[in-house]
Amino acid sequence: MKLTGAQALIKSLEMEQVEVMFGLPGGAILPVYDPLIDSSIRHILVRHEQGAGHMASGYAHATGRPGVAMVTSGPAATNIVTPLCDAYMDSVPIVVITGQVPYAVIGSDAFQECDTVGITMPVTKHNWLISDAQDIPRVVREAFHVATTGRPGPVLVDLPKDVANTPMDWYWPEKVDLPGYKPNVKGHPKQIKDAARVIQEAQRPVIYAGGGILKSGASKVLRELAEVTGIPIVTTLMGRGGIPDEHPLCLGMPGMHGNYTAVTSMQRADLLIALGARFDDRVTGKVATFAPHAKVIHVDIDPAELGKVRHADVPIVGDVRSVIEELTRAVKAEHLKHERPDISQWMAQIRAWQSDYPLKYKQEEGGPLKPQYVIERLRENTPDDCILVAGVGQHQMWASQLWKFKHPNTWINSGGLGTMGYAVPASVGAKVGRPDRMVWAVDGDGCFQMTAQELVTAAAERIPVKIAILNNAYLGMVRQWQELFYEERYSEVYLSPDLPDYVKWAEAMGCVGMRVDNADDVVTTIEKANEIDDRPVVVDFRTDWREKVYPMVPAGASNDDIILGPEFGEGGR
Amino acid sequence: MNGSIPHHILTVTTENKPGVLSRVAGLFSRRGFNIVSLAVSPTDDERFSRMTIVVDAESAPLEQVVKQLNKLVPVIKITEVAPTEGVERELMMITVRATADARSQVTELTAIFEARIVDVGYEAMTIMVAGEPDKLDAFSDLVKQFGIVEIQRTGRIALPKLSRQPTRLRAVKTARG
Repeated sequence: MKLTGAQALIKSLEMEQVEVMFGLPGGAILPVYDPLIDSSIRHILVRHEQGAGHMASGYAHATGRPGVAMVTSGPAATNIVTPLCDAYMDSVPIVVITGQVPYAVIGSDAFQECDTVGITMPVTKHNWLISDAQDIPRVVREAFHVATTGRPGPVLVDLPKDVANTPMDWYWPEKVDLPGYKPNVKGHPKQIKDAARVIQEAQRPVIYAGGGILKSGASKVLRELAEVTGIPIVTTLMGRGGIPDEHPLCLGMPGMHGNYTAVTSMQRADLLIALGARFDDRVTGKVATFAPHAKVIHVDIDPAELGKVRHADVPIVGDVRSVIEELTRAVKAEHLKHERPDISQWMAQIRAWQSDYPLKYKQEEGGPLKPQYVIERLRENTPDDCILVAGVGQHQMWASQLWKFKHPNTWINSGGLGTMGYAVPASVGAKVGRPDRMVWAVDGDGCFQMTAQELVTAAAERIPVKIAILNNAYLGMVRQWQELFYEERYSEVYLSPDLPDYVKWAEAMGCVGMRVDNADDVVTTIEKANEIDDRPVVVDFRTDWREKVYPMVPAGASNDDIILGPEFGEGGR
Repeated sequence: MNGSIPHHILTVTTENKPGVLSRVAGLFSRRGFNIVSLAVSPTDDERFSRMTIVVDAESAPLEQVVKQLNKLVPVIKITEVAPTEGVERELMMITVRATADARSQVTELTAIFEARIVDVGYEAMTIMVAGEPDKLDAFSDLVKQFGIVEIQRTGRIALPKLSRQPTRLRAVKTARG
């Protein structure tokens, strides 16, 4: 069968079971948009290419399937670099297709030419420039394979316009042949046995569960490991929801804005069992003083993570789900030989920290609306499996701290790259992938202004996401740092609560807009928003600009120097 | 010069495709690893190329370099050649100012180093020196007094030393067994 390159590309995407893609056409990708008309694939027309990338990422987070975005060459390709880098840092499987100027004129500075493959090399797991239409099915197959296997990540396929117009003989490759790419999935049995022995000897163990838990679908087995061993779990920003927050062994989020118990239990631990986590600086604080007495068992599918930041006493390369299963078996065998170790003293210490140093804030009667209060009411008034999406900044930290996650893959945010403006497009992608779920985004006013135009996309496509703007009229996190570390010298952080008028803006974009400026109206407004199912909703919550995120470990400080906040009295230590 | 820097030598087999060198070089700069020298060549199999990369041992732990390199899709195989366990060679072409009165001294040095004169002009000579990087350093040091016009070095290439186990005895044993 003869197809054009463009037809072959669309057919290859269908073969990969792509149901939806996010994109925006332009000159170099025009040939591919023509056969798209006859395809089963739903295309969502974004308003800015960055939106397409983040939507693909939100879709991937929510469904576990690769998200697909397609844009043209030049400026469109550069606009999608941010989502690629974001997905690279957070290991999100997305496949981006870019148009390119005709192969014959590459290198001549043609109109809308840019070296897309060169620019995106450091922010993709791999990328391809197709020079021959005959290669298209093979490359698409390889691209999806690389994106979704091993440590997932973004890939990019750059397709020159003339190649898209060239006829080829259709085929679909039976299998992928990449001699240099063979991810190791199964953990080494001897290492797993060693790990079980180390666990058996530990007196103050903590499981440090990262985003890998969700990527590998390991929530259930993680819970079993915790229950079999009785070892408490901290869930990182990317791993939130890996075990339900209400589970007695879940200690919540560690790190710069983690709760006292999660941070301190890691500091005092004699064993950290790192599962699909990468010892990010936002978790470790100053590395030299991080968990100084802990041995480390480190499980990751990416061998390069083992020993990158912290030496692993027992490194295990493998898929975290399969390793946890084997490890649980090995631990049970140890229990049969020696019986389960008694860590009740450790747990008593942890319970004492939990009751002495909980997360605290105070919503005064008639006082300014506290952002934390909004998040807690939102949680109470949404379904258990509601998907929560966040941007980056104070609102993100409050959301992660206070939301009681009950299911895996119900939390979507930009962790590693910290991309402001992530929430609106990512929530649209999530809702497209899971139309059966309610999707709320908690966003900051600064973030919202970066990508709000994708609500036009949502309104046009009838994608009913709900956005809660915690509007404190500031770039709040930056303001917090200037207050604490720059002697309250505020530099370029004020945004104004009224400019823009978020309600009018929402309405102009085809959404329902509402405003809340006091605690009494929070619940009724959330209920109203929940009832709207035919268009997006934006709620402008006017929150207290003085509020800061606590606890906090200052950047570069030791986790031992955690600041608890004003609710704990002078100094808050 | 570069012979004395503490270094690791990696021989990296990659797919022979456009852009592979750029991926490898990009990875080094992005992760803050320093390359001392780099040589790329075809192999006996046209699908693959071989890179000999000399890495500054102080810029990064070797394990991290190898693991990150291994993540590149076109990288097939990486072998570390420890400086004591490898045979290293490099080629240098050096143009030295050699006016009539200096010419005989330069020629003499060339002979001592078992180098070859590959081009002669009125006031300069181009000499080709091959050998271990230290030898190349020594030669360029010695001719510096005459004035060096230009130097070009290939960067070292390396292969592991062959083991010298007495294979014949083993064969006898097998035959008996």
